[in-house]
Amino acid sequence: MEINLYTYQILSIVGSIFILLMLVELVRRRKLKENYSLLWFGISIVFLVFSVWPDLLLYLASLLGIEYAPSALFLILIVSLYLLSIHFSVVISELSEKIKNLSQKIGLLDLEIRKLRNKNKKTK
Amino acid sequence: MKTLIIIPAYNEEENIKKLIEDVVSSEPHAKILVIDDGSSDRTGTVARETKKADIITLPHNLGIGGAVQTGFKYARRNNYDVVVRVDGDGQHRADQIKKILQPILERETDVTIGSRFLNILTRHHNFIRRIGQKTISSLISLIIRQNITDATSGFRCYNKDAIELLNQYYPSDYPEPEEIIFCKKNNLKIKEVGILMKEREKGASSLTAINSVYYMIKVILSILINILRTPTMIKK
Repeated sequence: MEINLYTYQILSIVGSIFILLMLVELVRRRKLKENYSLLWFGISIVFLVFSVWPDLLLYLASLLGIEYAPSALFLILIVSLYLLSIHFSVVISELSEKIKNLSQKIGLLDLEIRKLRNKNKKTK
Repeated sequence: MKTLIIIPAYNEEENIKKLIEDVVSSEPHAKILVIDDGSSDRTGTVARETKKADIITLPHNLGIGGAVQTGFKYARRNNYDVVVRVDGDGQHRADQIKKILQPILERETDVTIGSRFLNILTRHHNFIRRIGQKTISSLISLIIRQNITDATSGFRCYNKDAIELLNQYYPSDYPEPEEIIFCKKNNLKIKEVGILMKEREKGASSLTAINSVYYMIKVILSILINILRTPTMIKK
């Protein structure tokens, strides 16, 4: 039992560190913007903390009245992913608003360019 | 007063030419702006060939809200005093424009809505659609405490204050009912006028069965959320 615990602990520490490094690498290569990486960093660090001190999870579970400690982990995970998805929906909404404004501007400017060209043709 | 007639059009190559000609003959002094909302057919080309209107071709389909807002932005850029919205599907009759224009020219109101049901007998082919329209109109009337008989009508006329407001924000998908609340929240006066509408000539309505359900849910949600919003612009 103790050995099992040990193995999963090492695995989850390695996993968390791997994900953190991956995030750093993505930001370094500019594949991921700093502002969007913050949330992911936060979640990954939380996981790292729980991997290093699994007792923290037990404590948290007892605090919440959850008998089976891993359920607390699932709860944290699901809530984090949920919040993250909402965050993405907000970002997408902002982007679609920006795209709409750009498209409208393109339409307006396109008309003005056509008009100017026609005017030039006539004067020449 | 500088008047702009905006015609949002999406895939209306069969209706657009006649509509432009009708509008020119009944409102010869107004400028016409067709907003070709990323049509995949020849709407833009057909409209341009008439040489009687300015045509804005949007790079992709924005939906009716985005298209209409483009018209308001154009009106503001070019300093128009009045905007009339006439839909590109040929449902709105050019000879009815005067009726919705009149109250704006006489400075009676800020926004006029052309209603199919005010003092006018309109035959209903689709009973369910009528129930939907009626529900939305009743809900709007209740919220703004003013009787609105045709909240889904897109046949409308706007003065300068309304242009200023709506070029800043315009609701997306099915904008007509939400626009009423938004205008009212920002202290604009709204007046309904009875008008005659045509049955669709060519092409199908954008509202299919599944769309209608989505329409009702979206409209009711946006109406309810609009109650919670604070005004964006305070009229002097």
